[in-house]
Amino acid sequence: MLKPDLIIDPCKLRETVLNLKNKENFTLLLDITAIDYLQYPVKQEQRFALVYILRDESFKKTITIKTFVDASLTIDTISDIFYAANWGERETYDQYGIIFKNHPNLKRILNHHEFVGHPLRKDYSITHHQTCKETELLMDEMTPLLASKGYDAQEQDELMLINIGPSHPASHGTIRNFMALEGETIKACVTEIGYLHRGFEKSCENHTYSQIIPYTDRLNYCSAILNNIGYCKTIEEMLGIEITPRAQFIRVIIGELSRIIDHIVCNAANMVDLGGLTNFWFIFSARDKAYDLLSKLTGARLTNSYTRIGGLEYDLYDGFATDLEDVLVAVERGITDALSLVEHNRIFHDRTQDVGVITKEFAISAGITGVNLRAAGVNYDIRKINPYYFYDSFDFDVVLGSHGDVYDRIMCKFEEMRQSMRIIRQAMKNLPTGAVNVIAPGIVLPSKKDVYGNIEGLMNQFKLTFEGIKVPQGEFYSATEAGNGELGFYVVSDGSGTPYKVKCRPPSYYALGAYAKIVEGDMLADSVITMASMNFIAGEFDR
Amino acid sequence: MGLGAEAIFGDSVVTTKLDQAVNWARSYSMWPMVFGTACCGIEFMSVAAAKYDLSRFGAEVVRFSPRQADLMIVAGTISYKQAPVLKKIYDQMCEPKWVISMGACACSGGFYDNYTTVQGIDTIIPVDEYIAGCPPRPEAVLDAIMRIQEKSQDESIIKDRLKNFKGYLDA
Repeated sequence: MLKPDLIIDPCKLRETVLNLKNKENFTLLLDITAIDYLQYPVKQEQRFALVYILRDESFKKTITIKTFVDASLTIDTISDIFYAANWGERETYDQYGIIFKNHPNLKRILNHHEFVGHPLRKDYSITHHQTCKETELLMDEMTPLLASKGYDAQEQDELMLINIGPSHPASHGTIRNFMALEGETIKACVTEIGYLHRGFEKSCENHTYSQIIPYTDRLNYCSAILNNIGYCKTIEEMLGIEITPRAQFIRVIIGELSRIIDHIVCNAANMVDLGGLTNFWFIFSARDKAYDLLSKLTGARLTNSYTRIGGLEYDLYDGFATDLEDVLVAVERGITDALSLVEHNRIFHDRTQDVGVITKEFAISAGITGVNLRAAGVNYDIRKINPYYFYDSFDFDVVLGSHGDVYDRIMCKFEEMRQSMRIIRQAMKNLPTGAVNVIAPGIVLPSKKDVYGNIEGLMNQFKLTFEGIKVPQGEFYSATEAGNGELGFYVVSDGSGTPYKVKCRPPSYYALGAYAKIVEGDMLADSVITMASMNFIAGEFDR
Repeated sequence: MGLGAEAIFGDSVVTTKLDQAVNWARSYSMWPMVFGTACCGIEFMSVAAAKYDLSRFGAEVVRFSPRQADLMIVAGTISYKQAPVLKKIYDQMCEPKWVISMGACACSGGFYDNYTTVQGIDTIIPVDEYIAGCPPRPEAVLDAIMRIQEKSQDESIIKDRLKNFKGYLDA
C-alpha cells in the first residue's frame, strides 16, 4: 500500500502528465519533490527519483507518479503544463540539484545565491552552514521579465524599481517582492523567498517520528495544531492504526479552534493594512482568550505540540467545556464587532472589491487551495470531499465566494469561523467517552505506572524514546485541510525510527508562487492587501 | 529649602544632570523596531494587543523604519540568507540603540541546529537582552523591555557601549 501509484520512464514523463491532465482530468498539481536513495537500505535503480503528486477534477482521487532520473540528473520540465510546477521544480533543483530542461527560470529559491551544493542530498551534512554576505539584486529575473513584456532598455530605465521586503511591515513576515512600477501601477513583480528557510525537511531526516511534531508546530505557526494533526494523521495511516473516537473528536474541536485563530490573525492583519486598526483590537481580544484556553490545555500558547502519533498528549481537563464556550462567545462577539465596522462600509468595499482577483482556472493551475480557492468559487474542502475524523457527521457548510477578490477572501474567512464554531459545538455535544490513546506498545508511550512498575514497561519506554516508532518501509502521501489550504505530507520510510524523507506540501508556497501574476497590473497599495488576504505564512512556505 | 536655582525659585524647578533627564524621558518612550520573522513575531502581536498592552510601558509606538527607532526586537529565526538584511537594518538605527533577542532561535538558533540557521544573532549584532522561550510568553517580553528601561538609565552621550563589537559580517 505504501507505494507510488505509477512508476514511469523519465522520457515518458511529459506524455504521462499531459495524458493525465487532458484525458483523465488530473488538473491540480499538488507537489513535486525528489528522493535521494544514497543511504536507502534497499537498492534502487538510480540514486535520484522524482515524485509528482496530482489530484483530479473532482478532488477525490490523488495519484503519485514516480520516475527515476539517470546520472545526468536531467528531466523535462512540466512548468508549461502546470503553473504550479514552476516553483515546485525550482525547489527540487535547489534542494537536490535535479535539472529541469526548458524551465523558464531554474534558480535557487529557498537557499541563498552564494550557497554551494544541495542540502537535501544525503551526503550533505546537516550542520554544514554557508554564510551569505549580500542580498541578491534580482535584476537577473527582472530584466528578462520586463523584456518579455515588451519594454526596451530605455523604457525599462523609466520604470521605478522598488523592493517590498524582505523586512517590510506589509509582508507580515519575510517575503521579498521586487516590483517595477509605472506611476503606481505594478508592471512586473518578482517574488523572492527563503529568508525564513530553516531546514524543516533536513531536520526531519535527523529526528525520530515523535521528535518531528514540535517542528510541525512551526510550519504554520498561526494554527500549530492543524499541522500536528496533518503530520500525525499521515504517520498513523502509514502504521495502519486508527485513533480512538474520543481522540478524533478532540482533534476536530481543537483543530477547528486553531482554524478560527488562524483566520483571526489573517483578517486582523489584513484590516490593519487597510487602515482599520480597531478591528485588530476587537478580534485579537478573542484570540487571547483562545490562547489562554490552549495554554491551559496544552501548556503552550502558540506552539502546542498537542497531538501524538496514536492519540493526544493529554485528555481535556475538567471545566474545558465552559472555558471553550466562553472563548466561542468572545469570538462571536469579536466577529460581530469587527463586521459592524466593515460590512456596510463604503471605503472598505471600494478598497477590497474586484481587487487582487484570482480566477478559478488560474487558481487550479497554480495549485492554490484552501480559502483562496474557495473564495474564487471552487467547491474544494477536504473536510467535505474526503472526510476524515467524522467530518461527514457534522452539519456545516463550505463557504464559497463568487469573485475571488480580497473582499471574498476576508468574508469567507469570517464565515468559515462561524462554521468552525458550529462544528465545535456539535462535537462537544457528542463527545465520546473513553481513552485518547490507542493501545499499541510500539507506538504510544506506556503509562508511568508501567514504566516504574515493570521491566516491560521500562524497556518499551526506553526503546520508543531512543529508537522511535518503527514505520513500515515505503512512501505515502496524505493531506488534511489546514488553515490556508491543503497541507500534505509525503513521507518516505526505510523501516527505522527516523523518517528517510519528509516532504511537506505547504499550501501557501504555491499560493505565493502565483502572487506575482495576480498583482501584475494592480496598484501598489492593492498589492499589499492582496498579500495580506492570501495568508502567506513564512514558516510554512520557507520551512 | 534647596541650593542653587531651587533656593531662588522654590518648588517650581528641579535641577538634575542632562543625562539623567534625557534617560528618564527616553526609558519611558522606547520606540521599538520589530524585526519579526517567524512565530515570535506573531507572539509580539499579542504583546502589542489589548490584553498585554505594551503602551503601559510607553513602548507602543512600533516603528518599521529603523531610523525612527531606538529598540530593536529581533523576533524569530534568522537564517544566513536573512543575516545581511538584519545587519543592514541594525546599522540604519541611530545611536543610542538597544537590541532584544526574542526567543530561542534568535538567541541561539534554538532547535534549528542546521545548515541554514544562524546560531544566535549575537554573532552578527550586539545584543542587550535575551528572552528564553519558544516563543516566549508576552510577560517575558514585557520583562525584557523593563530591563532595557533600567539599562538605559546608565546611558550617556560620552559613552560608546558598542565600539568593541565585531560580528561575522563586519569585514
